[in-house]
Amino acid sequence: MEPTTKIHIENLNVYAGKQQILKNINIEIPKNKITVILGPSGCGKTTLLKCMNRLTDLYPELKVTGKVMINDKNVLEAGEDIVKLRQYMGLLSQRPYPLPMTIYNNIAFGLKLKGVKKRRNLHKQVVRYLQQANLWDEVKNRLREPASRLSIGQQQRLCLARGLAVNPEIILADEPTSALDPISSQYIEEKFVELKNDYTIVLVTHVLRQARRIADFVVFMYLGEVIEQGTVEEVFGNPKMEKTKQYLGGTFN
Amino acid sequence: MKYSGKIEEKVFKILMVIATYSILAVLAIIIYSIFAKGIKALSWEILSQVPQGGYYYGKGGGILNAILGSLSLAFGATLLAFIVGLPVALYINVFLVRRKKLITLFRFILDLVWGIPSIVYGAFGFSMMILLGLQTSLLAGMLTVTLFILPIMIRSMDEILQTVPIGLSEATYSLGANKSELAFKIFTRQTVSGIITAILLSFGRAIGDAASVLFTAGYTDNLPNSLMEPVATLPLSIFFQLSSPVPAVQDRAYASALVLTLIILLVSLFSRGLGKRYHKTKINF
Repeated sequence: MEPTTKIHIENLNVYAGKQQILKNINIEIPKNKITVILGPSGCGKTTLLKCMNRLTDLYPELKVTGKVMINDKNVLEAGEDIVKLRQYMGLLSQRPYPLPMTIYNNIAFGLKLKGVKKRRNLHKQVVRYLQQANLWDEVKNRLREPASRLSIGQQQRLCLARGLAVNPEIILADEPTSALDPISSQYIEEKFVELKNDYTIVLVTHVLRQARRIADFVVFMYLGEVIEQGTVEEVFGNPKMEKTKQYLGGTFN
Repeated sequence: MKYSGKIEEKVFKILMVIATYSILAVLAIIIYSIFAKGIKALSWEILSQVPQGGYYYGKGGGILNAILGSLSLAFGATLLAFIVGLPVALYINVFLVRRKKLITLFRFILDLVWGIPSIVYGAFGFSMMILLGLQTSLLAGMLTVTLFILPIMIRSMDEILQTVPIGLSEATYSLGANKSELAFKIFTRQTVSGIITAILLSFGRAIGDAASVLFTAGYTDNLPNSLMEPVATLPLSIFFQLSSPVPAVQDRAYASALVLTLIILLVSLFSRGLGKRYHKTKINF
């Protein structure tokens, strides 16, 4: 059965000044699967991810053209609607950025933006999402402490809980395990596999083993271009392009 | 080769040592003379009374008029500058983020007006007063000082807001926040101690400046009691009373200098303490 497409990217080009950093990207990201965007550093993976929820807006030097369709809406032409569109997409970045407030309010912040107002309801949801990110037992007695006091692994789980709390359909993850210890990394990976039943996950990584472990689909990028895309079996088992073979074989230069 | 390098190093080292210690010595002399003369002049009477028989000739009384005048003027001006300045700094750092050239222009203009001498602000305030038919008053002085410290306030908040990592903006936007929510709920919280430092820095400038209040706030023996009446200020208390031929009046000037120095010392110690705390929380990941 063909999976349905969740994100459809068509003729996406990104320029930074005169330099072109993404070249004519066309990809389909299937629903309820983990799609891994794989490639060496500096190949434009992160930029591609940031086009999906238009965080490229924050970088004055970037110019983006093309289409990024999510739920039949072009993110790139959404204007101010992007504020609401972004709530469809939770973000997990390389390093956790806890909001400068208490642990509790880190989760409650997004919920309040979604219009959850009643205190009891808010509390119930905060507890639920902290439990879902496996953080509840560690923080239940320190909910009023600043989130910056948590360890970095805990912070990353807090960011996951915070992202899930706004009830997105998609999770965008930009090398979310690169700053974490092996145990925290493993936890995040396991969580992703569990979450794909309810969410569409896009994971940027340069770690081959991680891609092999959890990917359903793989998009291999090199120097701003998509070299190859397909299921994990296709790309890892039988790569068609020379560059992909080299990268997978570790003979890349 | 090696030998000449050593001589060079020695010469420069000596020059640096001389420069450093001579500067320190000059500063020490200034502080010593303020304290030596100020402490002698300081008494409960001087701190708790207004000048008796006129600030220029009267021998009795004290500088309470200038202390309260300066505090109310500086407090008012700092508050006004904060109310105007914070939104400007947030606007530059959150809303204009894609307008690199405009931001550069704004910062350039702000740096330029930061450098304008305060007497020019005083003259500008004075000409505005004539235009509006205002007398020298607490209000006129306050507004002039507000203008004078506004660039300082905005630029120091702007510098601190620039330290907010872009990842935090990304995280906040991904939760569905709009720009004002990012500005007022996240940027202000992330930089709260830096913002307080900016406020204290501006307050220090506001309370210590003489030229901007010279034409605008006037001077009086009375305690500040109305926005529309002139007020005394500590810098002018020094300026006017030190030039008096009466030694008792000169003492009031030295006491004013000491009080002003102590206020500024307190403010800067406080903002340093905050800076340290800010650093700690930053590192504590």
